This record gives sequence, structure tokens and C-alpha cells, in this order.
Amino acid sequence: MNKPVGTPKRIIASKHVKLGQKNAKGQTYTDINDIFYNSEQKPVFFTGSEVIKEAIRRASVGTSVAYPITPQSEAAALIGELYAEGYLDEYFRGESEFAVMGQCAGAAFGGHRVFTTTAGPGTLRAMENFPMWAGSRLPIQVCVTCRGINSPLSIQPDTLEMHYLLEAGMLVWHAETAQDLFDFILKGFIVAEQPDVHVPIAVCCDGFFVTHTKDTVELPSEDLCLTPYDPYKSPVTVMDMESAPIRMMRDPFVMKSNYISYSTHASWQQEVQSAVERSRKHTIPLLDGLIDEINTDREILIVSSGTAVSQSREAIRLLEQEGIKVGLVKIKTVRPFPKEEIRQATKNAKHIFVPEFNIAGWMAREIKAVLPDNERVYAGPHVAGGMTMPSEVIAEEIKQHLGMKPSPSRRRS
Amino acid sequence: MSKEKIQLCDEFASIMPPEYQELVESATYGKQDRGWKDIGSSKELIEQHSLCAGCPESIAFRYILASLPAPEDTVFVGSTGCTSLVFPHVAVQNIHSLFGNQNAVASGLKRTLKSRFPDVEKDVVVLAGDGATVDIGLDMTMQSWFRQEKFTTICFDNELYANTGGQESGLMQKGFVAKMAPKGKNFDKVRLAEIAREAGCAYVAMLTVSKPNRVEEAIKNAVHVAREIGPTFVQLYTPCILEIGKQSMEGLDEMKDSESIGGRFVQKEFVTEEAQKLIDSLKAEAKARKKAAKDAAKAAKVG
Repeated sequence: MNKPVGTPKRIIASKHVKLGQKNAKGQTYTDINDIFYNSEQKPVFFTGSEVIKEAIRRASVGTSVAYPITPQSEAAALIGELYAEGYLDEYFRGESEFAVMGQCAGAAFGGHRVFTTTAGPGTLRAMENFPMWAGSRLPIQVCVTCRGINSPLSIQPDTLEMHYLLEAGMLVWHAETAQDLFDFILKGFIVAEQPDVHVPIAVCCDGFFVTHTKDTVELPSEDLCLTPYDPYKSPVTVMDMESAPIRMMRDPFVMKSNYISYSTHASWQQEVQSAVERSRKHTIPLLDGLIDEINTDREILIVSSGTAVSQSREAIRLLEQEGIKVGLVKIKTVRPFPKEEIRQATKNAKHIFVPEFNIAGWMAREIKAVLPDNERVYAGPHVAGGMTMPSEVIAEEIKQHLGMKPSPSRRRS
Repeated sequence: MSKEKIQLCDEFASIMPPEYQELVESATYGKQDRGWKDIGSSKELIEQHSLCAGCPESIAFRYILASLPAPEDTVFVGSTGCTSLVFPHVAVQNIHSLFGNQNAVASGLKRTLKSRFPDVEKDVVVLAGDGATVDIGLDMTMQSWFRQEKFTTICFDNELYANTGGQESGLMQKGFVAKMAPKGKNFDKVRLAEIAREAGCAYVAMLTVSKPNRVEEAIKNAVHVAREIGPTFVQLYTPCILEIGKQSMEGLDEMKDSESIGGRFVQKEFVTEEAQKLIDSLKAEAKARKKAAKDAAKAAKVG
């Protein structure tokens, strides 16, 4: 349980016409602020996959398309159970991730709130769709339960696939725990669907560590659900022929090699990037900031996201026992990247460690790119291919890098 | 959507482009029994095209748009290729997303429109080239048929990749020398109509666009059967005159040659019993309407 304490500010309350009414399942359409901050939260002991199901139960989703790939198969099948119970309007199995993301696009073009899940090689097979979703301004949510993408075949946790998502024009959030996962899924819909944002969102978590382990999660009542998606708040036309069709252009830009054509494409790309940045103002009150900070006045900091943060919390406790004081920055949104927040949080740090569950160390590169004096950043420790990252490994690598003596147990081995 | 939604705001009417004013005044949205014969007497739903001079795809577009039973409630899904250059000029909403995923997009779209508008028939029509339908997109084309998705797939078959400059495609005839087939294509033209029948299409038609009445009939049958019964497929030969070495005025002759006895595009239809019953009853209704209109006109004259 890592639920943030304190009283976050509210985001603009929903003015949806159905607010306060009941749906066919007897759930009451409720403002996101009230779901999280003005209703009783009860603890349950669930796997991450079950938590995804519980989030979608309360998300007023129109369409979900499923496809099996470990470790998201269970969650995708559980959403099918919700459909059978009448919580979703449409649900079916697609034929590949490339097709599934196209089917999701069709449903979103038609005006539904859309949710899907994928992982590892599935994310990469689907990849062509993600910039298309963003360019088409479809606020689809994909839950990415990260796993290895390498050959030889691996199904084990590894966050390399997130790196491929960073410049797709999507919001990319990284859940540390099952609680994060539940909160991010529901809050993610609301942020992504804001008219001035309206881009897709990837809610990522580390496969197995989050999806297949049980954790205590606080859930609001299942009698509450999000207000429905209103497609007519979209900044682009809904493809339902309920508004007059227009001739879009005289000369399709794809065929023109001229400045107007280039400029149109460039400005649209800039607009998508800006939309991702504009999500900040909705995300900050809902997630209580894009980062979490613990003891950031210390000289040694760990900065990371996902399961690496959980392991770091324990490493910090171990180091504390030896009198080494380490602070922590947890990054919740990788896109938009909390550049200013990280700069501020690390301004007093002399050493910044970035533990990661991938071989590339892409998070360390992201951090180095925005910090002054970035020789302070140490990219590691890394694990990959499904290896766990014991807290002792983080603690030892920090000590080794700082030229401290390894702990006695370490010396023995 | 009714035609009432396609209106001009009085204050801005004078600055609206003339083609939009014409759409409001004389397009055939909502007209029962609209068809290719409206071309010339009403505003067409295609403004211009950016295809090559004489390209049969352009006339195919005009016939299809004139023949849709309900363009006011139709959404097109296109794909990358020559057709994607035309859709921006079309006064029916349309989606271009990627190359080859058109039947996947249409599956999600049709289900969503059915769910959001349970009491209105919203038609979804896929219109894509042969590369998109058969090569890169065959998986999604067929899977949508297996799943019995209720929309129409139209394939503009020009037997090659036209927009990228004339490369070999699966629907190209065997032996044809093209880019990427420097020694001639060494396997047969894919029998897509038969594949569609076996994959579960309730109505399949293969023809050229040389005769507008035939195109109109195929499109109307396909859309109506897709509404009531299941997936439908229409394969239209729209030769790429540029890449087969013909002149811009020779497209019609090419289509006529290919549909004559022994040609690759002799018209064929595969219709399930259920679909045939529906087509027959719709034909009988249309005939009755025509007769009633004739009788009414006669009575008015007498009166």
C-alpha cells in the first residue's frame, strides 16, 4: 500500500449530463474527485490483474478488445467477464495486436470510451497504431504490462518496451503498485479525454511483479462509476455522421511536396506534443503531482519509476541501517516528462542513482537529458530478461559507486 | 443524421464555398431510391478527385457515392493508396488510419455505432485497394468475415500497387511484368471472390465499373445484405491505365475487354439463400414504389 496521503486539489468537476444518474448495472455516474476523495475506500487483497478488472468495472467503458499475450491475458479475460455481466457495451477477441489496436481505433472514432491491454512483443506488433491514435486524437487507454521483447523468447518482466512508446504522442504513466494501477486507469481516462488533451494513454506496469502478485489495494464502492465519455467534446469530428460532413481539403497533403504540406504536418505534430504537455494541469491535482518525493534534501537520491521504486524503498531502509541516508524520487508520468519537478527535487543531490528493469537504461538517459551537472547521474543498477532486482543489489551498487565498503554478507559471497 | 443537419447558417451563407451551398441545395442525402441516374441532375457527393486523368477509379467513386442507400448515415473506412487521395473530397465522413487495417477499424466502428445508435441503421463501408485488401491486410479482411462483422468491403482491384508506382500485387495476373516482378509474376491472381464466399460473406460480387447500373445494383445489394445478414464483398476492376501502358481514354475499353467471355472479370456473384431472399424482397418493394409513383403521376395528369 503506497497510497499518497494528504488532500489533493480537485480537478474541474465533471458536468456530464448523466452525473448522478444510474447505469443499467445500478452504478451511479460519479465525478472522479468524489470517487477518490469523497467516498469510502475499502481494502481488498487482489492481484494486479484483478485490480485491472475492478478499475474497468467502474470505468464506464464502451468497447474493449482482447488478445492473449502473457502477462496481460488474465486481465483481458477478466474484462470479458465484466462484459458478460453487462458492464461493457462491446468486447471481443481480435486476431493480433496490430488488428486489436485498429479495432480500438474504429471504436474510438465511433465515439466509445475504449480500453485494451497488451505486453512486450504485442506492444511492438501494435506499434504502428500508437502514433496513428495520437494523430487522430483518439483518447484510447492501453494498459501495458511490460515484459521482455528480446529473442530468445522471454515472457519475463522487462521495461524496455516503454522506451518505444515515449515519442508516440501518447501519455505514458508508470504504475509502481497495484494501487497505482487502479488509480492510474480511472484517472487516466479522465485526463486523456479532456478536450484540450484528447490523446491516447499508456498506463504501464511491470509484468508479473504487479500483475501476478497480490497486494492490498483500497477501492471505492463498486456502486460508483466514472461519468461516460462524451464524444462531442472531442477536438476532432466523431465519425458517426451526426455532424455535417465537410470537404477536408482541396489537395491531400500526402501528395504535395511543398511548404504548406510540410508545415501542416509539422504543426499537427507540435499540437499533439502540446496536448501531452497540457495534460499536466489535469494530472497534477489528480495524481498529486507528476512525481513523489521522499527526503529529497539528502545528497544521495534514487530516481526511478515502476517496480524499481518499490525495490529502492527497501534498499533505502537497508542503507539507513548502516547510517547511509538516501532520498527518493518516484516518477509517475514518463510522458509528459516531469522535467522541472525532477530538476527541483534533485537540486541538492550530489549522487543520483537510476535503477531500471531494462538493459538500455533509458530512464537514466531521460533524466540526464534534463539535469544540469548530469555527471551526478549514475545509470544503474540494471537488470534485464526477467531478473529480479533485490534491494541488496541496489544498496551494494550505491555503496560501490561511492567507494564505500561492501556489507559483511556481501564480502562473504 | 437527417438532411436537416446539413444546413447553412443564414449569417454565414454568403461566405460558404459554392460546393457546400450546392450540397445543401441539391445533394441526394435522404432520398429513397437514389442511384447513378441522379448524376447530372443533382449535386454529387464527390467534389473533385486528384487521380490521373481518365482513371476508372474516379468513375467508380462517383457510381458508388450515387448508389449508397443512405449516405447521410454512412461512414467510409479507407486505406492508404490512390483512394486515400480522393476521400478528402467526399461529403461522407471517412476514416483513414493505416495501410491494411481497414477491416479492423471498420469492425470496431460498426459495433460502436450499433451500440450508440441502436435505433438507427448506420452503414459502414470499407473501400480500399487490392494491396490493402489482399496483401498487407488479408488477415484482417478475412477475420472480419469470419467474425461475421456486418459491413461492406469494396476492393478497387487495379491488379497492382498503383500509388507507389506499379509494383506486383497478389491480385495481379500471372506472368505480368511489373516492378518487383522483373521476370513476370509467377503465381496466379488470388481468387478473392471465392475466398470471400468461403470465409463467410453473404453476398459477393465481382465486376468492372464499365456499366453504372451494375455497379449500383452490387453496391445496394451489398449494403442492404450487410445491414441485415452479414459481411459482404464487392470487387471492382478499376484498371490502372498508367501502369498497364494505356491512354487515358482507354480505361473503358480495357474494362469491357476484361469482362467479355473468357476474361478475368466476367461478372460473378455468390449469394447465400438468405441474402437472395432479402434482395428479392427489396427489389419487389422498389418496383412497387416505382409503380405507385407512376400511377400517382398519371392520376395527377388526369386530374
